[in-house]
Amino acid sequence: MSSHNESILREPLVTGKDITYAKVTDDILLPVENKPNKAWWIGFIMAALGASLWVVSVGYTFWTGIGAWGLNKTVGWAWDITDFVWWVGIGHAGTLISAVLLLFRQNWRNSINRSAEAMTIFAVICAATYVVAHMGRPWLAYWIFPLPNQFGSLWVNFNSPLVWDAFAISTYFTVSLVFWYCGLLPDIASVRDRAAGLKRRIYSIMSFGWNGSVKTWQRFEIVSLILAGISTPLVLSVHTIVSMDFATSVIPGWHTTIFPPYFVAGAIFSGFAMVQTLLLVMRKVLNFENYITMFHIESMNKIILATGSIVGIAYLTELFIAWYSGSEYEMYAFSNRIAGPYWWAYWTMMTCNVISPQLFWFKRIRTSIPISWVLSIVVNIGMWFERFVIIVTSLHRDYIPSSWAMFYPTWVDVGIFVGSIGVFFTLFLLFLRFLPGIAIAEVKLLLKSASLQQKAKLIREGHLDAEQVTFFKNSLGKYDSVTEKEINELETK
Amino acid sequence: MSNIKYIIGSFADPDEMMDGIDKLQANNVSIYDCFTPMPIHGIEAKLGVKPSRLPIAAFCFGITGTCLGFSLLYYTMTYDWPMNIGGKPSLPLPAFVPVTFEVTILLCALGMVATFFFRNHLFPGRAPRVMDLRATDDRFIIAIDANDNADHGKIESLLKEAGAVEVKYNERKYVSYE
Repeated sequence: MSSHNESILREPLVTGKDITYAKVTDDILLPVENKPNKAWWIGFIMAALGASLWVVSVGYTFWTGIGAWGLNKTVGWAWDITDFVWWVGIGHAGTLISAVLLLFRQNWRNSINRSAEAMTIFAVICAATYVVAHMGRPWLAYWIFPLPNQFGSLWVNFNSPLVWDAFAISTYFTVSLVFWYCGLLPDIASVRDRAAGLKRRIYSIMSFGWNGSVKTWQRFEIVSLILAGISTPLVLSVHTIVSMDFATSVIPGWHTTIFPPYFVAGAIFSGFAMVQTLLLVMRKVLNFENYITMFHIESMNKIILATGSIVGIAYLTELFIAWYSGSEYEMYAFSNRIAGPYWWAYWTMMTCNVISPQLFWFKRIRTSIPISWVLSIVVNIGMWFERFVIIVTSLHRDYIPSSWAMFYPTWVDVGIFVGSIGVFFTLFLLFLRFLPGIAIAEVKLLLKSASLQQKAKLIREGHLDAEQVTFFKNSLGKYDSVTEKEINELETK
Repeated sequence: MSNIKYIIGSFADPDEMMDGIDKLQANNVSIYDCFTPMPIHGIEAKLGVKPSRLPIAAFCFGITGTCLGFSLLYYTMTYDWPMNIGGKPSLPLPAFVPVTFEVTILLCALGMVATFFFRNHLFPGRAPRVMDLRATDDRFIIAIDANDNADHGKIESLLKEAGAVEVKYNERKYVSYE
């Protein structure tokens, strides 16, 4: 770790001068140890209002039944499943960042994994609410789990992907929660040891008595590694199974083998966009610019570009196969998507998901904070429309033209969707208020290898190839947290 | 002997702490434990801490999950109440894969983490056994049992020589959280 230096060619992951271990703790715990600022309160009040809209809409649905939604006998699944898949997809980036990037030893994950994992958990909570709400009789939701026959029902049908989904989502939620909380233990202990009174007592209970001894850290690292190793196939399996909810049916437009990889790529795509939406605001409001740097933003934009392109290819492949299959139902499903009554949804999806991320080929756009933020929201709008297009346009024109119908959402549909965004932000803002938004211990690991001050020290010491130093200096130009003056000061003494 | 139970060498830099461990070990001073705000790679080898056996536990829990998951599916779908679903076999192995896999992952994760918590005595409400409050912030701590190692002056000079910012003589083993 600290005993060997990282190549000067690599861009720094922590910027700023005089960043000591103590300063890392101070900076990251600032929002936890102090009263929240105005921006937090404004955000929280708006989110809480959204969450109350959710309570009202879901309460109304439970009271009157799912007739409160705009469903009809042709379109039996609409916004509920669209929103469910959208939220589950968003959740995937958190696991990708914390697990897959850990396995690939991508150190830049260290400063974004905590909030991304929190996002995963809250997104899966939002998704799970739709599963329960769309059942019609939510108090019987536990019937999805295998209960003995004496209970009054047969065993559940394990051939059904809907049952697999119940297992996949509940496993995913549990494992993500465990992974997130294990990672939090050392940071909660940091809060605990700096707090006093009641606050210390509460954080002490939450810290499980963490003390940072050699054996604890050793086991901690093993646990993290293995959890990452098993979360990686898990996260792939979850969205694969979600896609099978559709792919194993015989509806034209759903019955395709491309669905699993296409859904997984789409999930990572939308998840990174949501991480970007959240982190760009968080780094500004909580002054985390030195820890979530332009390198992080650019890297995430590159992933959005890559996964967006995969999604684009999947759309085109779908179209090609619909034509190549020679199946008239399949062909009709797709021509109906492109030019039918829902053409606007299809073209919104195409524009937002396929065209807009291609802008990230330009470095200037990739490293621009306002444009990245706007595009991240555009991507999430596009991904919502993707699910809407898949679900509603495949259903609304049945085999019998007399049963063709359109779907019109009611206020309850809209209320549940907008409300779930409120629930998500309420949870996320509470998380930022009470728990460290960046993994303190993991950022400390970077301090003596991947930080700007360490690289500056290496340059000062000399022994480096002048060309490489120039390369490094040029790469710093994009950082908004490094000034021109600081770059010029990087001289060999 | 005095009431001193533990000598605490407090370092501001992990490399200096590692140097301190080397110096103490070269002088036959036994180290009780180290407390750090982040994992220090290579410290286990230095202190002779054995590699963790948690991967074995994780594997055992995972295999148990596979067996449990598969048994559940076999019992419900094939043994207890086989159903004729479109004339398909009542032992549809490919359809058993997803749930078996999920149960494997679930048991592996929960079992391994439970083992970790059990072995390290981590549970909600446990009184933290912390020797120095700054060990979770910016200090790297070497703790030395004062009764096992008599020459306190020498220990202090070794720690200072390695770069310790502070050397404390604790009369209580752990910091009180009261």
